[in-house]
Amino acid sequence: MAEEALLEYLHSEIVNYILTKENNKENDLSAIEYIGYSTGYRIIERLTRELIRFKDELDTMKFICTDFWTSIYKKQIDNLRTNHQGVYVLQDNAFRFLTHLSSGSQYLEHAPKYVAFTCGIIRGSLANLGITSTVTAEVQTMPSCKFHIQVTRT
Amino acid sequence: MSRQTRLDSKKVNSELLTITYGALVTQMLRDFENVEDVNKQLERLGYNMGMRLIEDFLARTNSPRCLDMRETADKIQLAFRMYLNIQPTISNWAASGDEFSLIFDNNPLVEFVELPTDLSQLRYCSIICGCIRGALEMVQLEVQSWFVQDQLKGDTSTEIRVKFIRRLEDAVPAGED
Repeated sequence: MAEEALLEYLHSEIVNYILTKENNKENDLSAIEYIGYSTGYRIIERLTRELIRFKDELDTMKFICTDFWTSIYKKQIDNLRTNHQGVYVLQDNAFRFLTHLSSGSQYLEHAPKYVAFTCGIIRGSLANLGITSTVTAEVQTMPSCKFHIQVTRT
Repeated sequence: MSRQTRLDSKKVNSELLTITYGALVTQMLRDFENVEDVNKQLERLGYNMGMRLIEDFLARTNSPRCLDMRETADKIQLAFRMYLNIQPTISNWAASGDEFSLIFDNNPLVEFVELPTDLSQLRYCSIICGCIRGALEMVQLEVQSWFVQDQLKGDTSTEIRVKFIRRLEDAVPAGED
């Protein structure tokens, strides 16, 4: 699909823009994450407008892994794990923003730049669904990626 | 147990693009004090995207080289249909045939967008002008492209003007100017 290419290019330009900013000397990815956060926060509102309320936290996570992921990344999350105490691990074996970069461990050091946006999207979406969390990503071999969600309990 | 998919993925995609772009513009407005700098950055980003998009476009459409601006205009129109799912009208040809307008009734990038009054200098969609310029430069056409009308500023439609400057001889490696 042609229009998907556009998002990919825009995404890599965002990464490029943030990292080449003058005052960004330490490769600070938080701005990318924040762009993702506000995107996620807004998009989830439109996506869930006509859905019934989710039963519980796990149900919400399942929604993120299936419908949400499919509509954004064209595939489902391959594996969802949880310890039932607020930690969720989402594994995508062919993460879209990494599939065109490399397969294997070459360029591994660049992977964090390309997952920060998505960490933000997940965090923003959950935030608007009433779940405060911290999201980090872990890439061992591209293009597979694990997102760790740690729900903050108050 | 699988939920039936209730989300229209094509629509989601375009909304995601709109919202992501909005978040980027917001970030830039925070980064730069001067709105003119934001315009420039957006144009530059578009230029970079255009340089890569043209490859994707040529690969998908198998287009031969354009021999005149009318063909080019048609190709640009096709590209808008492919990538943004909108069909701009081509009109207002200059008598010399080297300048035309793309007129948009609606523009997916500005959905959900309202421009606050203090940002009247912001050219929200500069990225599109950049894309056009970057893409054409890769096929050895130097053009200028700018906004004449903008729905965000109260005009009835959005109009982008494209002006042919010159044909680039032998590809000069593209760099940032």
